[in-house]
Amino acid sequence: MMNRNILKREIPLAIKGIGKLRPYQGSNIEEQRGIVSNSFSGKSKLGHDLEQAIVATGLKDGMTVSFHHHFRNGDYIVNMVMAAIARLGIKDITLASSSLSSVHAPLIEQIRQGVVTRIETSGIRGELAEAISNGLLELPVIIRSHGGRARAIESGQLVIDVAFLGVSSCDRYGNANGFSGKSVCGSLGYAMVDADYAKRVVLITDNVVDYPNLPISISQTKVDLVVQVAEVGDPQGIMSGATRLTNNPRELLIARQAARFIDLAGYLTDGFAMQTGSGGASLAVTSFLRELMKKKKITASFALGGITQQLVDLHQEGLVDNLFDTQSFDLRTAQSLCRNPHHYEIDASFYANPFNKGCLVDRLDFVILSALEVDLDFNVNVITGSDGVIMGASGGHCDTAAGANLSIVVAPLLRGRIPTIIERVNTIVTPGQTIDVIITDRGTAVNPLRRELIERVIDARFPLCTIEELKEKAEQITGKPRPIEYGDRVVGLVEYRDGTIIDIIRQVK
Amino acid sequence: MYVPGNNPGLLKDAHIYGADALMFDLEDSVSLQEKDTARFLVFNALLSIDYEGTETVVRVNSLETPYGRDDFEAIVRAKPDTIRLPKTEEAEEVKEADLLIGEIEGKAGIELGTIKLMAALESARGIVNAYDIATASPRLVALALGAEDFVADIKTSRSSEGCELLFARSQVLIAARAARLFALDTVFSDLKDQAAFAREVEYIKQLGFDGKSVLHPRQVETVHRIYTPTRTEIEQARRIITAMQEAEQKGAGVISLDQQMIDKPIVERAQRVLALAEATGMNKEDGGR
Amino acid sequence: MELKKTGMAGTLESSDILVVIEPKNSEGIDILLESVVIKQFGDQIRKIISNTLRELGINQVIVRANDKGALDCVIKARVQAAVSRATGSKECFWRVVES
Repeated sequence: MMNRNILKREIPLAIKGIGKLRPYQGSNIEEQRGIVSNSFSGKSKLGHDLEQAIVATGLKDGMTVSFHHHFRNGDYIVNMVMAAIARLGIKDITLASSSLSSVHAPLIEQIRQGVVTRIETSGIRGELAEAISNGLLELPVIIRSHGGRARAIESGQLVIDVAFLGVSSCDRYGNANGFSGKSVCGSLGYAMVDADYAKRVVLITDNVVDYPNLPISISQTKVDLVVQVAEVGDPQGIMSGATRLTNNPRELLIARQAARFIDLAGYLTDGFAMQTGSGGASLAVTSFLRELMKKKKITASFALGGITQQLVDLHQEGLVDNLFDTQSFDLRTAQSLCRNPHHYEIDASFYANPFNKGCLVDRLDFVILSALEVDLDFNVNVITGSDGVIMGASGGHCDTAAGANLSIVVAPLLRGRIPTIIERVNTIVTPGQTIDVIITDRGTAVNPLRRELIERVIDARFPLCTIEELKEKAEQITGKPRPIEYGDRVVGLVEYRDGTIIDIIRQVK
Repeated sequence: MYVPGNNPGLLKDAHIYGADALMFDLEDSVSLQEKDTARFLVFNALLSIDYEGTETVVRVNSLETPYGRDDFEAIVRAKPDTIRLPKTEEAEEVKEADLLIGEIEGKAGIELGTIKLMAALESARGIVNAYDIATASPRLVALALGAEDFVADIKTSRSSEGCELLFARSQVLIAARAARLFALDTVFSDLKDQAAFAREVEYIKQLGFDGKSVLHPRQVETVHRIYTPTRTEIEQARRIITAMQEAEQKGAGVISLDQQMIDKPIVERAQRVLALAEATGMNKEDGGR
Repeated sequence: MELKKTGMAGTLESSDILVVIEPKNSEGIDILLESVVIKQFGDQIRKIISNTLRELGINQVIVRANDKGALDCVIKARVQAAVSRATGSKECFWRVVES
């Protein structure tokens, strides 16, 4: 049996072993394209305003939208998009952002109005976090680590209907990066997973550039629409200068101890891999490590994670061979990412997804982590404050702690009158089994599970104490804090990186 | 290390940075309106905070001021190791302070002579009277130079070379040595210039000072690094002490090591090196140069 | 000791507490406390304030306190200083606090 296609060629209806054949119908294939716009000419995905774009994606009540947090506390995208969604009368949205900041307080109103009914994120801060801790949302917020989020998306646990991704620069056809324009953010690592897996992808930019926009972080192959807006964020908030080197003597003291510990524990050998984070003390560790590396004449194979200008300096000095960047914390880092070939942009899955075929955290020799609270079993809380209210972010904490050979928590023993080391943390984000040592300004305690590590540092004459002693010392100074009273209602679920629930957060009284 | 007396955040654990002594200040770093509150604060801090063996010193206001007497009344009862008398110019002032402390010790049931004194010389008159001051009271343990007021008094300013301080430093040092007191050098206030600070510490160490007052935790490490004896120095000192002990056992009158005679000053210096090594933690940690 | 007027001591800096003490006509220590650590240490702070006042023999007083995470010894110092300012007394003060 034969069929004629539009060019009058005879095409069999079917071939045994191959199956049915579809005859050619003409070069206008718009209908079949996997993109949303039927006005699409193949030359530009621009032309919609934000509301038109939302309508074009087919966003409906009950769907899931996603965002990234590369614009940190300078982000305009989440508020802008959610306001447009509210204006369109769409309700019951699940908001899945890689993280949320205090700038996102306007979401409180959208939750009250039923526009947003579920939130999945790494962290929440400020008024929104307080409102959620006080029971604003009917359903608990789901807290995921960066690796856990990538896993949830790739495994289909988190299905994103539409990803709204702010980018610093983009061409008309949807090739985007975080390197140029007035809202530079550097790496788009967390957004890349959304772009790969969301059903619809809308890029939002304040900087449309000539085609093609190289280097490409998110490529045209993933993008349905490009929306141009006046501003995607506040540059001050995006690059807040949070990574300037500390002058705080307490943080310097802790950092010096941490660098010494790493060295004496034998982890500073040629070709090591590290993640040092962006907190005051962990940032300072980098500069102490630099001195030690120069003295020992060794170089690091790579530094991972959130990258800072201190690490860029080490890279350019030849002390760190490669940088794997999921998040660029300052302008110099963003510029280096664009320019230095061995400063490499990676997505959140490559960074930390435990269920792909090999993520980078598994290759770490050591990681420096922060903590709000650490308990006697070395469990770490980075999500709720000492008053039980949500105030932080899970981030890559449990991912890197699990992956690195040596995971170090650095923290002051006290913050004001609040002790860091307590009997039971309010919320477990990272299990104590994966934490090796806690270094404070008043002493260092190694996890007793790491007997061999304890022997090694004692041999090297590094002064240690037990975590119980640290807790005692803190309580001698502050007195014993009263445990926080919680209500019955669950306001948060904390996922471990594999998707199991490691702890819950209850409403505060 | 100086700790401003009216700053609760700094008072609570200033000892963690490794200074050998903390000097809580009620004098120049406290405004006139807050003299009373600072006094209450330092008083309560000394009574309740465990500084884990770090020596505590309180710089009180001079007895010539309206605050001095109250400072003594409060601080003696809080029992710091030492009270520092600012702007000391004459032996009489030390004697007056000594008597007053004794009186308060008596009233408060503290053993007489518990609280030690340190006199800071900060004027031309103070420097001229250095030895009289140094020998004015058995409570005295140290003389200190306060350079900021001193250079103003002699109508000059501080330079990086410090030639304007050479006489005062030498005078304080010699007077302290003659009276068997410790000699402590003045602060260096440019916190950013660590290199110049290190040069000054090297310099005053060579002059013979036992230590230096510092303003900031980051200066502590530099002083320790410079005052820490090298491994070779410690090794040599240990050998000298061993040689001396062996000679004592044998009853030999003369000590010799490597065919050289070791006399008393050399033994004393070796003992000092070992004491310093102990104090700077060389025997415990992997410090040193 | 008798309070002659309002006395204030302390600051709103971190680790400090601002204490205002006013005389009251009736018996009792009324404490109006704000604190960044009220959930964990509210009771303890109230206890320290009233104990310090009782030690000084002050029983008719309104205390307004704004705490920024002060340790007990700081709270005590600020209350004593506020009382000293409110009574104008320092003569007998050290003997009182001696115990």
